[in-house]
Amino acid sequence: MSVVIIGGGQAGLQVADTLRTEGYGGEIHVIAEESGLPYQRPPLSKDYLAPGRAPAPLPLRGASFFVDKNITLHEGAQALAIDRAERKVRLTDGSLGYDHLVFATGARNRVLNCPGASLAGIHGLKTLTDAEALHTALPTARNIVIIGAGFIGLEFAAAALAHGCDVTVLEFAPRPMGRALTPVMGEWFAAAHRSQGVDLRLGEGIDRFEPGADGRVGAAVSTTGASYPADLVLVGIGVQPNDTLASDAGLETSNGVVVDETLRTADPAVLAIGDCASFPSAHAQVRLRLESVQNATDQARHAARTVLGANHPYTELPWFWSTQGPYRLQMAGLARPDDDTLVLGDQAAAKFSVLCFRDGVLTAVESVNAPADHMAARKLLAAGTGITRDQAETEGFTLKAAASTPLVPVVA
Amino acid sequence: MPTVTYTQPNGTQQTLQVEEGTTLMRAAVSNGIDGIIGECGGQAMCATCHVYVRPQYAQALPEISDDEDEMLDCATAERMDSSRLGCQIKIDAELSGIVVDIPAGQL
Repeated sequence: MSVVIIGGGQAGLQVADTLRTEGYGGEIHVIAEESGLPYQRPPLSKDYLAPGRAPAPLPLRGASFFVDKNITLHEGAQALAIDRAERKVRLTDGSLGYDHLVFATGARNRVLNCPGASLAGIHGLKTLTDAEALHTALPTARNIVIIGAGFIGLEFAAAALAHGCDVTVLEFAPRPMGRALTPVMGEWFAAAHRSQGVDLRLGEGIDRFEPGADGRVGAAVSTTGASYPADLVLVGIGVQPNDTLASDAGLETSNGVVVDETLRTADPAVLAIGDCASFPSAHAQVRLRLESVQNATDQARHAARTVLGANHPYTELPWFWSTQGPYRLQMAGLARPDDDTLVLGDQAAAKFSVLCFRDGVLTAVESVNAPADHMAARKLLAAGTGITRDQAETEGFTLKAAASTPLVPVVA
Repeated sequence: MPTVTYTQPNGTQQTLQVEEGTTLMRAAVSNGIDGIIGECGGQAMCATCHVYVRPQYAQALPEISDDEDEMLDCATAERMDSSRLGCQIKIDAELSGIVVDIPAGQL
């Protein structure tokens, strides 16, 4: 018996861990493209970029984990092809047979294709190597231009401000983090970053980069024709799923490896999880692909149980977080831009939550510096409690109190 | 180097030597201590590194932040006076010898 897991990120290692912890007795192989012990990515765009000595990368599991759990880590190895008829994976260093194969291949940064995009001084941020390059460059950088006001771009903006840099963010959309946040929260964050000193340019994309006298990037010219001096550029324009290995193996892909509600592909011996998987979301009622630690680890636990013989649908509540300077953003559930919203708390004091309602019922909560709201929202949404707008507007209502009282389904 | 002792719910103990400035969570995860997950990477966002600190070390602990306080309220295992998030506690000389108890569940 053997399970081969392609991908050494949070999802891949969690599958291996859960398989062994819950009694899997066969071989477990993890194929990790990067060399060294697999590490946590979230700190790379936050703690890792703070002024001072670069912290050591935080391993996802210690070296002893692989020995103790008898899990074979193929570090610095790449899966090249899959033969599903023979149930074999061809690797850069040999080949492996499998009874179950798990795609946990993650995603890669979307690449900018404008003139000048390959000049020195233009960075992406995904890997430890990327973060190390930025940590080295930040102390001497003066004028920073960030392309894209998503999570990575704004986390980096906050880090760059802490280094005393001038920071300009170009975002083509009308609001920051527009894909993930409600308009009311997006607009709050736009004002908040500006108040910190970020020059946030909305509705303004990148047209081209121009070299400086030293041949490195010197300026970023936007779609409005404005030119911004730049000695360091970060491109944070989203990611694409790593799904070509799956499509080459004849599996369906559509913005990710297509899986069913048990996280299996059309081939029952093959599963896909985390950033690379397109799955039918029980919460959104549509097929989607999520990029988060929660999605990676919860799907990993679920996939491991599927391998061990369970046949349940995946229904975990999605949640997310981002730390942007003094703002801790936590999201529970999936907000939609057209959700009806209600703000609880104090926006001026940067401690509040946006409650999202669809058809009058709570579906998602976005919180700034309000972890109690967030944790309560996770409980309420996971339980499907059905808090109504009327309830939430009642004098004295708090999510925490609602989550700690016996939960009664609401009749609409 | 300072030492940290982790106690499992079944009473077994493991003692680690850790470099000063390392958090209780990082030391545990890096050394394969079961029951401390640290899923968010030390951001006080997931409350999966919840520990109970033995009372004799309470005085030497850093003050609890509002964020940590609110996250602990909703941790999976019951919150007690001795509850802390391991990611918020950096080990220094003063905390050397600290003993913590790991709760039965983090998820």
